[in-house]
Amino acid sequence: MKIDKDTLHKLAHLARLELDPSNEKEMLNSLSEILTWVEKLNELDTKDVDPLVSMSYELNAFREDKVTEELPREEGLANAPRHDDKFFIVPKVIE
Amino acid sequence: MKTYRSLAEIQKAIASGNITCKQLVEQYLQVINEKSHLNVFLEVFAEEAIAKADVVDEKIRAGRQGRLAGMVISLKDVLCYKGHRLQAGSRILEGFVSQFTGTAVQRLLDEDAIVIGRTNCDEFAMGSSSENSAYGPVVNAAGEKRVPGGSSGGSAVSVQSDMCLLSLGTDTGGSVRQPASFCGIVGYKPTYSRISRYGLLAYASSFDTIGTFAHTIEDTALTLEIMAGHDDYDSTVSHEPVLPYSTLLSNNKKYKIAYLKEPLASPEISAPVKGAVEDAITWLKNDGHTVEPVEFNYLDYVLPTYYILTTAEASSNLSRYDGVKYGYRSKSHVNLETMYKKSRSEAFGKEVQRRILLGTFVLSASYYDAFYTKALKARKLIQQATRDILKEYDFIILPTSPTVAFKLGEHTKNPLEMYLADLFTVQASVAGVPAISIPYGEDNEGMPIGLQLIADAFQEEKLLAFSRHILNARKKG
Repeated sequence: MKIDKDTLHKLAHLARLELDPSNEKEMLNSLSEILTWVEKLNELDTKDVDPLVSMSYELNAFREDKVTEELPREEGLANAPRHDDKFFIVPKVIE
Repeated sequence: MKTYRSLAEIQKAIASGNITCKQLVEQYLQVINEKSHLNVFLEVFAEEAIAKADVVDEKIRAGRQGRLAGMVISLKDVLCYKGHRLQAGSRILEGFVSQFTGTAVQRLLDEDAIVIGRTNCDEFAMGSSSENSAYGPVVNAAGEKRVPGGSSGGSAVSVQSDMCLLSLGTDTGGSVRQPASFCGIVGYKPTYSRISRYGLLAYASSFDTIGTFAHTIEDTALTLEIMAGHDDYDSTVSHEPVLPYSTLLSNNKKYKIAYLKEPLASPEISAPVKGAVEDAITWLKNDGHTVEPVEFNYLDYVLPTYYILTTAEASSNLSRYDGVKYGYRSKSHVNLETMYKKSRSEAFGKEVQRRILLGTFVLSASYYDAFYTKALKARKLIQQATRDILKEYDFIILPTSPTVAFKLGEHTKNPLEMYLADLFTVQASVAGVPAISIPYGEDNEGMPIGLQLIADAFQEEKLLAFSRHILNARKKG
């Protein structure tokens, strides 16, 4: 299946990506080519097949819900590009 | 300088005073230095590894050492190791330092394994040649114009070229088995959910498994038995009991083995690889096993299924890289939305962006059923067909990869061409069953060929023991 430029822009927005205009055409072509290739699955008769939704060989695994301190705040913030001693800092969201 | 290729050999040499752990680490560091042009390591923990070796030597003198004393390992750049940087071969994790150690890594450290560094790989494990790293391609030591395979290419070459004894990689669709085959070593992908993934950067969660690169089945089995088993930090890990695989390796049983007809008839398979598998079929028959051709009608559907599902999962898993909590943040944003977009677009590589876009497409409301649900159903059919064969046969054998290691740059232009490198490895990943690649000869240019064996879920001991039998018997000639 071929996708058009509008669809590509919509996808990029949904995925929070911004395409470099110089790469756009190549990306469009490769996505269309890959989607055409995966459409091969339409040859398979899956009318009476249930989708495989879990790869687990077991049912739920439970453990006791205990309060522990896994990651001290300081360490949790340490990798952030911008932070103060309590919060991650991002551009202003609410005026 | 003596090269050691098994832990037993190393532990014997240490016990008899021929080498210390520290000297061993220094020897590996020397090789890493001499072969830096292979671009294997993104970071070498030289001083730290030497210091740890001193501690292990001390423990050995006191008789208090762990089971992996003398084992030096490398880690693919997707596994958390506390206090060390981690980047997934990507610029988006620039500057990231792990706040904890992943369970599999921790269990090896607890037995006195020494980590010598983190290895280069395809960005976020997305690739089949290790050319798709923000830090440049890895080179195969067996032929320096060749790729090592991927995505765990750095890990494979670190073991292939004696920069360490064993390496942890990850296998989502063949990323351990295919590079092991290209580099002439043993690559093991356990049953899905056998090893905890706590501390592993997620790519496609219903496929991702941690796997090992080694020279011997003994070392593969020992590290698997140490890493495997339930873990409070990973709710997807299996509670199935872990057997002492390393003590269950003697094997002289006669098995029923299936070989798939379709891979051998595939237009993708090269003559030397086909020849090696045909040779293996004859060899196994002569060794007293029943080897029969079996039909597997889904070969053309495994890669499309794999790419729909893994890109869907990746688009979701990689949404966490947003420039807020860690990693790279673009300087050119004007608001929150452009901060997300510019950070992700400037720092993710092209292939990662392509897969995120594909995943977003197959999960989008209008196409969800036609692509994503369809692939989940196809997965069910492939899993069933594979496990049906494994009900009747002990093992499935097939090539690990259609070709030997290809040339650097040979398939980088066309993503579909690159995807085909995983044609024979994705079946076990889609089905969630264990699989191994063992070295099985070379082509006439000396490039290694790998033979792949698949077993049913949780039959690790059988798969490992039989692989060891093949390797040992062939060595004896």
